[in-house]
Amino acid sequence: MAAPISAPASAQAGLPLPTTGMPRHQVIALAVMVLFFALAPFAGLYSVFLMKVMCFALFACAFNLLLGYVGLLSFGHAAYFGFSSYLAAHAAKAWGFTPELAILFAVAGSALIGLAFGALAIRRQGIYFAMITLALAQMVFFFCLQAPFTGGENGIQSVPRPPLFGFIPMQGDLQVYWLVFALFIGGFLLVYRIVHSPFGQVLKAIRENEPRAISLGYRVDHYKLIAFVLSAALAGLAGAAKAFVVQLASLTDVAWQMSGEVVLMTLVGGMGTMFGPVVGAFTIITMQTYLAEFGAWVTVIQGGIFLLCVLAFRRGIVGEVARLTRKSF
Amino acid sequence: MTADYILETRGLTKEFKGFTAVNQVDLKVRRGTIHALIGPNGAGKTTCFNLLTKFLQPTRGAISYNGRDITRMKPADVARLGLIRSFQISAVFPHLTVLENVRIALQRSRGASFDFWRSDTALDSFNERALELIEWVGLSDYAGSVAVEMPYGRKRALEIATTLALEPEMMLLDEPTAGMGHEDIDRIVQLVKRVSAGRTVLMVEHNLSVVSTLCETITVLTRGQVLAEGDYQSVSTNPEVIQAYMGTAHG
Ligand SMILES: Nc1ncnc2c1ncn2[C@@H]1O[C@H](COP(=O)(O)OP(=O)(O)O)[C@@H](O)[C@H]1O
Ligand SMILES: [Mg+2]
Repeated sequence: MAAPISAPASAQAGLPLPTTGMPRHQVIALAVMVLFFALAPFAGLYSVFLMKVMCFALFACAFNLLLGYVGLLSFGHAAYFGFSSYLAAHAAKAWGFTPELAILFAVAGSALIGLAFGALAIRRQGIYFAMITLALAQMVFFFCLQAPFTGGENGIQSVPRPPLFGFIPMQGDLQVYWLVFALFIGGFLLVYRIVHSPFGQVLKAIRENEPRAISLGYRVDHYKLIAFVLSAALAGLAGAAKAFVVQLASLTDVAWQMSGEVVLMTLVGGMGTMFGPVVGAFTIITMQTYLAEFGAWVTVIQGGIFLLCVLAFRRGIVGEVARLTRKSF
Repeated sequence: MTADYILETRGLTKEFKGFTAVNQVDLKVRRGTIHALIGPNGAGKTTCFNLLTKFLQPTRGAISYNGRDITRMKPADVARLGLIRSFQISAVFPHLTVLENVRIALQRSRGASFDFWRSDTALDSFNERALELIEWVGLSDYAGSVAVEMPYGRKRALEIATTLALEPEMMLLDEPTAGMGHEDIDRIVQLVKRVSAGRTVLMVEHNLSVVSTLCETITVLTRGQVLAEGDYQSVSTNPEVIQAYMGTAHG
């Protein structure tokens, strides 16, 4: 049943492929994405809309790091996104932090919560993991509802936009735009790097065959936990940026529906792909913004799109493109 | 004389909800030998492997490795002591290439496995050693192939190359030749022979000609208990062993 030693077909396959960094088609896709977000505000697209897309795209990328590259379905990612938004808003409003410090503070906060929650959840598998992350996220939600600094149902409103680093003015939307643009591209590249790093290679091995990784001496829980913390921190980065975009931190961003929305974005775009979460976030936010006049029907349309994806494009938009072109995006 | 034995169990027992899969097993594996664990299907061989490598927690009994009690250790930590197992179903990383499979192991023993901020091009520094190991098991022609696309026998060779990358002191192989044709079996037998130089091998094996060629000591397990132990000659002529094997489908 086995091929003889000198199987001719293997001659070509036998060439060891050196690892060469980002392949060309991905460089092109990245360039298209960067150019799009750099030029879109000048092409008549509403900058607040674009900033929201970038915040949610980063959020979805962070979520996808866990779902797509570790195989863990967290159903409580709104906790890191939304709570970080509160932290940044509070630091800027009550303590007068400059944006970069407020964001740093919020990211550190989400990483810490991620560490605590991750340590509790990581030992469970599948549906139990999803349930624990959801339960913990609900605790964060009720904390935000009750805590004195979060403003209850009103949230933290009129978040100030003090100058970046204390001297770069942040009053106009376009000035905030470049900050969000930098954070989004930076965050995207960081996710790319994590996935394509020695650490990312171990994550891949764990996903492919966890018992084998253990038998090679990998303490797999450590790797999963680090991935969880990185994902929570990046979700926090997205949430903190959003607080400066809409100048508001509210319960919407910590609610379980938000956790569901990021799952939706990731699946629609294509989980386990680099660009899928960005495309997914763009699709969903566009629908919410431009179909807003249909009111409650947006939810129904969203549900329909989700159904379509699950039934017809199981790999998501980018996942299907990758399958058709036989390239990974 | 414990020093002669690299692995020892005392009264090793595993119960699954009242069913005893491994029952009071006292196993001693002499350092530097190839030791076979044989027995009919369902005898408890794989369960035994799972206990030894701590993938399962024993209900009772103790395991010592190199004179050290490992009964309460975690599986990854047992592996770090140099006791590496393979699995009954092939244990490769299916969608990684042969080269990448071996590098995963090298990465663990040589560091760099937590570096999430570095490019994976850093892993190219392991290529030389990985290719050496790949050549050693006769897979040079496949180095760039994706593991899942290789024939079964080659996957087993890849598993061995990956395990060897960790320079284990002791290897546990669960049915390394199961489901293979003659040619592949011969290749694996030669490979195990070469691998065993300077290390200890404990293997589950159904093919008795493989056992007789390779193994100095044979332990026969039936219904979770040790039925007989000794060299091939004494075990294969033991009436109880013959009786146990007559009752089952294979030989
Ligand atoms: N996780 C488990 N839960 C319940 N029973 C098990 C489990 N693993 C193995 N067994 C049972 O233990 C017995 C021994 O199985 P195994 O060790 O796989 O046998 P072998 O490898 O010798 O063929 C079988 O009867 C099997 O059904
Ligand atoms: Mg078995």
